[in-house]
Amino acid sequence: MDDLESRAAQAQAEIDKADTLEALDALRVGLLGKSGIVTAALKALGALAPDERKARGAEVNRVKDRLADTLAARKQVLEQAELDRRLASEKLDITLPGRDGERGGIHPVTRALERISAIFARLGYQRADGPEIEDDWHNFEALNFPPHHPARAMHDTFYFGDGRLLRTHTSPVQIRSMRGRQPPIRIIAPGKVYRSDSDQTHSPMFHQIEGLLVDETSSFADLKGTLAEFVRAFFERDFEMRFRPSYFPFTEPSAEVDIRWDAEDGSTRWLEVLGCGMVHPNVLENCGIDPERYTGFAFGLGVERFAMLRYGVSDLRAFFENDLRFLKQFA
Amino acid sequence: MKFSENWLRELVEIKADRAALAHALTMAGLEVEELTPLGEGLAGVVVVEIVGAEKHPEADRLQVCKVSMGQGEPLQIVCGAPNARVGIKVPLATVGANLPGGIAIKAAKLRGVESFGMLCSAKELGIDADASGLLELPLDAPVGKPLADYLGLPDASIELKLTPNRPDCLGLVGLAHDVAALFGSAVKVPAQASTPVSSEAGRGIRLEAGADAPRYLGRVVEGIDPQARTPLWLAERLRRSGLRPISAVVDVTNYVMLELGQPLHAFDNDTLEGDVVVRHARHGETVKLLDGSEAKLDSGFVLIADERKALAVAGVMGGYNSRVTDTTHNIFLESAHFAPAAIMGRARKLGMHTDASHRFERGVDPELPRRALERATELLLSIAGGKAGPVLIAENLADLPTPATVTLRRVRLKRVLGVDVADAEVVRIFTALGMHIETVADGWRVTAPSSRFDIEREEDLVEEVARIFGYDNIPTHTPAGALTLVVEPEARINELALREQLAARGYYEAVNLSFLSADLLARWGFTEYLVPLANPLSADLAVMRPALLPGLIEALRHNRARQQERVRLFEVARVFAAGDPPLETPSLAIVACGSAHAEQWGEAVRPLDFHDLKGDLDALIAWGGEPQRWSVHADGLPGWLHPGRGARVARDGETVGYLGALHPLLAKTLDLGPDVHVLELALEPLLARRLPKAQPVPRFPSVRRDIAVDLPEEVQWAQVEQCVRGALGSQLKALDLFDRYSGKGVEIGRKSLAMGLILQDASRTLTDDDADRCVREAVGALETACKARLRG
Repeated sequence: MDDLESRAAQAQAEIDKADTLEALDALRVGLLGKSGIVTAALKALGALAPDERKARGAEVNRVKDRLADTLAARKQVLEQAELDRRLASEKLDITLPGRDGERGGIHPVTRALERISAIFARLGYQRADGPEIEDDWHNFEALNFPPHHPARAMHDTFYFGDGRLLRTHTSPVQIRSMRGRQPPIRIIAPGKVYRSDSDQTHSPMFHQIEGLLVDETSSFADLKGTLAEFVRAFFERDFEMRFRPSYFPFTEPSAEVDIRWDAEDGSTRWLEVLGCGMVHPNVLENCGIDPERYTGFAFGLGVERFAMLRYGVSDLRAFFENDLRFLKQFA
Repeated sequence: MKFSENWLRELVEIKADRAALAHALTMAGLEVEELTPLGEGLAGVVVVEIVGAEKHPEADRLQVCKVSMGQGEPLQIVCGAPNARVGIKVPLATVGANLPGGIAIKAAKLRGVESFGMLCSAKELGIDADASGLLELPLDAPVGKPLADYLGLPDASIELKLTPNRPDCLGLVGLAHDVAALFGSAVKVPAQASTPVSSEAGRGIRLEAGADAPRYLGRVVEGIDPQARTPLWLAERLRRSGLRPISAVVDVTNYVMLELGQPLHAFDNDTLEGDVVVRHARHGETVKLLDGSEAKLDSGFVLIADERKALAVAGVMGGYNSRVTDTTHNIFLESAHFAPAAIMGRARKLGMHTDASHRFERGVDPELPRRALERATELLLSIAGGKAGPVLIAENLADLPTPATVTLRRVRLKRVLGVDVADAEVVRIFTALGMHIETVADGWRVTAPSSRFDIEREEDLVEEVARIFGYDNIPTHTPAGALTLVVEPEARINELALREQLAARGYYEAVNLSFLSADLLARWGFTEYLVPLANPLSADLAVMRPALLPGLIEALRHNRARQQERVRLFEVARVFAAGDPPLETPSLAIVACGSAHAEQWGEAVRPLDFHDLKGDLDALIAWGGEPQRWSVHADGLPGWLHPGRGARVARDGETVGYLGALHPLLAKTLDLGPDVHVLELALEPLLARRLPKAQPVPRFPSVRRDIAVDLPEEVQWAQVEQCVRGALGSQLKALDLFDRYSGKGVEIGRKSLAMGLILQDASRTLTDDDADRCVREAVGALETACKARLRG
């Protein structure tokens, strides 16, 4: 008995000293394995008298449990140490750049154009389209520009040999959308337009968005409300706004819309951002719509102007140079 | 239209300061484009006469002047202006004055000589740009008078950006009427008196241009002083209105044009022979104009001629040979009405734009010629003397425009504007605008004055009411009409989504101009079905692009030249081809160069290749959900593609575009390397998308068998795939190529392909025997059709 106790005490010390899982397992086999000393002591119980066997059995089992607990505890310590070592060896530099993480981006003009179109789509305006190579009738005549009228001179026009032209505005889409159709009509027509003018503030190609609403109730007050809402939605802020009388052959009354813009130097100035007006009855008639029954309004805006204001672009020409150092700013 | 503020204020009472006036004009549709204050800070500047001038003892370029202010002792002023001399009258800034440029005048010693003020140039006073010398005032300028009082300063030069429908405001009197309506005040324009006729001199006038020139008035003025000087007040008004004073006769005609809006012309009467004839030009007829140019005319032009020769182009410009010179004593004044349609576009056709054509093509009041002629005569006689002959009148009253009478309905006004305007206000507005108004049951019958060419139908009157009522006073309202839901078809990929998808794959969107040079296109082999502009800005921007790639490659080159080695761009836009009408096809193009992936610390750098770009295409095709409708072909490639590394892309067998490496020869001429790969496809096929139709998920497991075969190099993967699919039918769920190898261990001219067969049956679990049979059948088919050999 004393022998088992002393052996157990010795084993206890050896277990605490074991520094690998393999050494610990060898100790376990020597103690609790088939030919281990505890197993041997249990086997020896059979040779004892019944009353002695009971007391001795309890004693051996106590030793066995104590040794098993010690082994388990040491095992846990060693496993934890092993795990700690492994984790330490697997440490990464998580600040290194990831793989394939780059992306491109859409052009700022597209971005502004789509944002504007989306705002009007929510108001029920359907997207419409027309050719960029137009005829005189759609680009001018049907829009109430008589031949040689000075208002035409304000549109520096690119022509083709057959008399066709590059559309100077998106307004011909109004005509194409109204012909052969009856109100209510709500359309938004974004696209490329062309003027034969090129300098720091003019590009021979740029983008416009045309809007048109025709129904039985719309008035100039509705036009004002629609555009005020739109400007607020696009810029996500309120502006002081003014509608100024102007002249477009295809609308009457016509207006230009200015917003009060805060420059970076703290000054403010009026900036023209939109042209608009009530659709001229001549235009409705040209499209087979009864101007007595229906009224409507139309508006047009330059997408580059909105993109410049929204994103702080100061040079129009940057939009068409396609310099990646510029484009990457809009990713 | 540029004018002097003081001049306008003389013609109409304006109960507002300058800023309020400018705002009111802008808000009435007469946009103030520029406002330049003139003659601010002239306190302490007076008119003086130089009564003594001696050379400065210490400085060659300075003079010591004595100037008289009318009373007291003459002041001593040191002056460096070259034109300072005894006898002239000039402005003196006295001690204490603060000039507009920030110069504070103090008593000073200049090189030892005391000076008590500064003699000034126009620029130093902020009234003109002239800095060449002292501002020489007329000899009758009152000595001692404050200069500002004498010159009618301060003033402002106001420039309006007038819209083409408002020619009535191209004269100050017309503008004054609009301003009167805005401020509810009255115009102060005196009635024009007739000048007494003091000579018999006249000339016949024949009208032969019909409705194009229905009224022509003339008058001979004899014996004017050709050296007469334009008075300061008139010259100043011209200057402040943007016109340079030239000579008394020209200045008077310009002045009347600015004041009334009626362009006038003066001929040297001694150069005219017989009657003045107003007729259409003959085809090819020429006339030398005032600016020295030779105008070649056609029958669309109205010409002023005499019985022997052409004199001037009506409504555009006078002629050189009949011009008034500094020796002209007798003039013939013209004041006519030309129909806008007869003048529109004519100046432009001659490559010019004149004050006269600007007005006539927009419309000049047909009732103005008489008044303008009288006004010009009155001014001319007072300035240059002479004897006025009788007013010569030729007119066809039937051809004169008559103002339309238009009815405005009360309900229509409200319907269009969305606001109630009180009846009294409507009446006030029309009356103030000089319209004749008659109230009827449902509204008003309105007749516009003869100066208004823009009043033709009801909406024109609505606009006038709105303009004067004020757009600001119209409320803001949200349209109430029924809202129709905008439907986006699900079987079509949204264009923006496609762009975002390309951006997500690393591409930046570019936007190029739609026109290119014919030379660049020829390099690419685009020479047919082109759509050239008739009036391009330059040869570089002369042809509508037949494809996006040539322009997009230029954008790539732009970036390459700016240290960007890895460039990936795409563009979505229309391309053009000749036709009637010309064809416009939306197209998508992609260009890429440099390494396949951005440089990375853990991966080897690999140059971009054909299959990288094809992967991008595959991804777009997969999005549409019907890859089986697409195919690529090695034949039928355009010349700009590498013949071995290019592909023709087809959908349902129809060619929709191309991709591949640029042809090495083209790449070389563009100074690009073999890494540049491109793609261009018609956009629409890419946007077509299958509406999903769900199938049950398979209930039985799939099995995989890998095989490796070697076969001749020229056998394409598409053939292999087709062969295996043909052999195994519906049990083959997928065929994945996972290795392609040639080189050591494979016979020369052959390659090894390793592929995984994913097998599955809809009705049962496949056994090992089933799978083995499939492999045998696949290999057997490959051996027969593709000369394949199974590899160990």
